[in-house]
Amino acid sequence: MLGGGALAAASALAQNGDLSVPKNLEAGSAFSIQAGGNGKGTIYIVGPSQVIKRDVQLGETAWFPAGSLYNAGHYVVIVASASTSQTGSVDVLPAKKPADLTFIAKPSRLPVATHDGITGTAYVFDSYQNLITTPMSVSFELSSPSSPGQTRTVETRNGAAWAQLDSTLHEAKDQFVAHTGDISSTRVVGQVPGDPCSLKMNAKTAGNKVQLQTDPVRDCNGNAVPDGTIVTFTESYDDQKSTVDVPLKQGVAEVEMPARRGATISVASGVVLGNQIRWAQ
Amino acid sequence: MKMLKSIVLISAIGTAISAHAEGQPSVRMEPSNLQGPRQLQEQTARAAIRDYLDSWATLSNALQQNRPDLLDRDFVGAARDKLANTIKAQNATGIRSIYHDRSHDVQILFYSPEGLSIELADTVEYDVQVLDHDKSIGTEQVHIRYIVVLTPTETRWRVRIFQSQAE
Repeated sequence: MLGGGALAAASALAQNGDLSVPKNLEAGSAFSIQAGGNGKGTIYIVGPSQVIKRDVQLGETAWFPAGSLYNAGHYVVIVASASTSQTGSVDVLPAKKPADLTFIAKPSRLPVATHDGITGTAYVFDSYQNLITTPMSVSFELSSPSSPGQTRTVETRNGAAWAQLDSTLHEAKDQFVAHTGDISSTRVVGQVPGDPCSLKMNAKTAGNKVQLQTDPVRDCNGNAVPDGTIVTFTESYDDQKSTVDVPLKQGVAEVEMPARRGATISVASGVVLGNQIRWAQ
Repeated sequence: MKMLKSIVLISAIGTAISAHAEGQPSVRMEPSNLQGPRQLQEQTARAAIRDYLDSWATLSNALQQNRPDLLDRDFVGAARDKLANTIKAQNATGIRSIYHDRSHDVQILFYSPEGLSIELADTVEYDVQVLDHDKSIGTEQVHIRYIVVLTPTETRWRVRIFQSQAE
């Protein structure tokens, strides 16, 4: 038997002739339908997201226990018998308590110190996977072991909330968390060093060659630029020019080039130009 | 058969009214009320709305024929699961439902910053006819607002959230 409290979520009954149907109810809550008349009939509750068919005794109250109708949406209610048909409708509303969060974080990897480089989008659902469209607060937090955390608190509109955050200054795998109420969802955002900030190479003689080696290559925030980043050495002599592309290994790039007296050697990586050496030996 | 719905978009973010053939729904597009930093290109808006309107024909066919496989082209995730469960329940109880959408009034609400979802509202008018073992039980007219979230797949936008909202 259902107590009066079980029907608290249902609004005033909508009357249509002899048919009494709750105008709306919270997803998953108990409710009742009463159809006038005598004899046997069948109740049809029909919507795209759910259908219920049940045989009833007309003139009596048909009870639907909690969990019977749980997908939010509009439902047509028809009570049919051999001689009559009564119609009404009921709107099922999402439950108020959030139970799930769809969280899309992009990108999963980006350079440090990128303004508004990280975006998060969240959709909030109840326990029946209904989108909760009433406004509620969602917090987006980016926490890093080496930088101060960032938090944005946003009110959902039509069930969705979004935020943009800056990537931090230091290379790390940061936790990006969206939460509402006691529900949270976490993503990891890898923050990788940016482009080289400056380049400096040193040169020394190695037989009839010149051995060139860069200092450790770092971005503008002091993070080591990843191995594999290409560094280009260029030697100009008279009207000739020779170029060697070298990947960083353990943070430095090194190469041997022909030692030509009076040659000019330069180094570059991406848009960054390093120092220039004039070989005088 | 997939019902072809032609939309003439005067502007992707302006008012647009469909040129509708007999039996096909009229479509009106409200100016977008976009939240979010990402600009919505006209071509993207057009494709998303076209695919969403197609999904109504898919829904109608699937629920009329009780064939969940028809849903796959246009629905994904929770929306697909819920519709498929409805079809399963219809099959179990001998019910079929026939949805005939008459008009749509569509407004794009949200284009997520990473471009992976579009949310729209659609005030839709439709008829739903209920049949029990092929006997018509009744037909009702419905005027309701839907909240819809679409996500891009290989070739089209598919409906991930499909939920009507009491006004």
